[in-house]
Amino acid sequence: MKPAISEPAPQMFEIRWHGRGGQGAVTAAKILADAAFRSGFAGVASAPSFGSERRGAPITASTRLSSAPVRLHSQVSEPDIVIVLDDTLLGVANAARGLRPGGVLIVNTARPASALEVPGNVRVVTADVSAAAQAAGLVVAGAPMVNTAILGTFAAATGLVSMERLRDAIAASFPGPAAKKNYEAAVIAHDATRA
Amino acid sequence: MSATDSVVITGNEAAAIAVRLAGVQVVAAYPITPQSPVVETLSKWVDSGELRAELVRVESEHSALTVCIAAATVGARVFTATSANGLAYMNEQIWWAGGARLPVVMACVNRALAAPWNVLNDQQDSMSVRDAGWVQIYCRDNQEILDSLVQAYAIAERVQLPVMVCYDGFLLSHTSMPVSVPAAEAVQAFLPRRPPLPIVDLDRPRNIGQVTFADPRADAAGQLCHGYMELRALHQEALEGALEVIPQVGEAFGAQFGREGGGLVWSHLLEGAEVAFVAAGSVGSELTVAAEILRAEGVRAGVLGLRAYRPFPAQAVREALAGKDLVVVVDKAMSYGYEGPICSDVRAALLGSASPPAVFGTVTGLGGREVDTRQLVEAAQRALGDFRAGVRVRRADWINLKLREPA
Amino acid sequence: MGTSNCGHEIAMSSPSAGEAGMTRDWRTERPDLAPELCLAVRQGKEACQLCWVYCPDVCVARGVPPVLDLTYCKGCGICAEVCPTDAIRMVPDDRGPSLPEVVRS
Repeated sequence: MKPAISEPAPQMFEIRWHGRGGQGAVTAAKILADAAFRSGFAGVASAPSFGSERRGAPITASTRLSSAPVRLHSQVSEPDIVIVLDDTLLGVANAARGLRPGGVLIVNTARPASALEVPGNVRVVTADVSAAAQAAGLVVAGAPMVNTAILGTFAAATGLVSMERLRDAIAASFPGPAAKKNYEAAVIAHDATRA
Repeated sequence: MSATDSVVITGNEAAAIAVRLAGVQVVAAYPITPQSPVVETLSKWVDSGELRAELVRVESEHSALTVCIAAATVGARVFTATSANGLAYMNEQIWWAGGARLPVVMACVNRALAAPWNVLNDQQDSMSVRDAGWVQIYCRDNQEILDSLVQAYAIAERVQLPVMVCYDGFLLSHTSMPVSVPAAEAVQAFLPRRPPLPIVDLDRPRNIGQVTFADPRADAAGQLCHGYMELRALHQEALEGALEVIPQVGEAFGAQFGREGGGLVWSHLLEGAEVAFVAAGSVGSELTVAAEILRAEGVRAGVLGLRAYRPFPAQAVREALAGKDLVVVVDKAMSYGYEGPICSDVRAALLGSASPPAVFGTVTGLGGREVDTRQLVEAAQRALGDFRAGVRVRRADWINLKLREPA
Repeated sequence: MGTSNCGHEIAMSSPSAGEAGMTRDWRTERPDLAPELCLAVRQGKEACQLCWVYCPDVCVARGVPPVLDLTYCKGCGICAEVCPTDAIRMVPDDRGPSLPEVVRS
């Protein structure tokens, strides 16, 4: 599993999340920022897209990781990394828009990467995160909660955060037993990541 | 700031933590986006016992501030928070708290005022009450939110004035970033307890908040009682005195907690600048990036940030902008019918200088319109172009506006 | 919420379907209308029509019975809530891109 992004590391990594309201993308974006801060990034910032909030509606979140304090508050428009919690959003939300050449597209899907409609010069990383969440027993109202699990795939795909720091960040966000389950799902997703 | 003492939290969480650390005794607030999580968090802590305060549920923002006024009158440390139309709803009480010289502390989570409806960020709400006689502090990031709210109690209780700590809705309130959280004991040491004031004292009965008259008049003992105008003159004096107290409290904070507490203004790359941006709030951060881009393109740009907006730091502004050719003010509000509020105040203050720079106004970010660093750079380039062409008076430049042709 | 004919100087518009995008993707339930329970059908004329009045996304056309167009229906359930005879119930719906459907009965 190659940990590094294909380009020489920029000073700031810009990440855009795509999910649907209720899937927990905003929480995951915050946990990622926390894990990155614990990993040594001096500057981190994470924000939801600001608008009407409604279960099922496509939403985005932006996370910035930097070696210096983050001074931008705008939504990420030219991401280095895109994380997609629901593969139906690839088309519906044009999830890959603005993704820099050589950037990484991380998708929760059971389908093979070749079956996804994505631009050519993009590194696609997939994992069946829904299955990972299900295996860890992370199911809410009949649907698998993939938001923390996909952080395991992020760690595997980019190497920007370690699983140890991810565990610390998850523990800071959830009470004991829930934190354990969420981290387990992340480990399963990490190991199931297909680069 | 290291990973061991900092947490990654939203601006609303930082505000709630500051209020808890300050040992607030009465909280009264009504929910409104994007302020709601502050009060929800405080309510959770009151329920769990982590915050030993009285949480008063009210049916409106007007009542929320009324409860705070009453509680502050008897010496309680109080807190409320609101945004936009909520702030507008409590308008008469905002004026009351100022004139009654009560040390109420409020977080204003900056949001656009209706009509039209909009839940997103701009600064029109707090700007609309800048005349009411409160101290107004604007925060650049979540660390400043926590630190300024703690300092707000020290300032308020020293100058006997209400303090409004303003921070951008969503851009800071809902955005997570690292914040160093001080220990509760250190904050308690920094903020001395307010002694309670008995409201019913049979030995010393008092009237509070009675009607005043146009002229001073003698009371039953022949003592001259101030009229309305004298009370207001002293109110103004107190605000002018705050110009010294705010930096003093900032310095004391810095000494206690080991990081910059903040003063009246902050600056970035102002040394030798030919053009200076001026702004309040989180847009200041984007402007520091814009100034660096301009410097790399050969334009000597800098930024002056207003932390204290009321009292207006006129002398500090004159000193910081001396020798600059052009000032580009970035307002996130309008005084409709004229120009941006910060723009007017800056230009007026500079008229007292020997050779004042030209001042051009820009308006950005209304109703949550995205603030784009590149567009801020281009706005400065347009302003410089106009200035070099001899323009000295110019209508405000509305940045990133997207008007369509009428049908 | 669908809008068109936006006001030029004030916030005002005409309701119309689809302005908020593919809102059909949001739903996990969809409305199902039983004509035998519908007031308009029982009275043989365009009576009631409350589902048409209340639908926030212009997904109901007046009729005997009213016609539900699920192309943009986001599954909010307001039509089922306001129907005075419970002629409309919400049933589970498979979210995913599909062809536009018009439910007549």
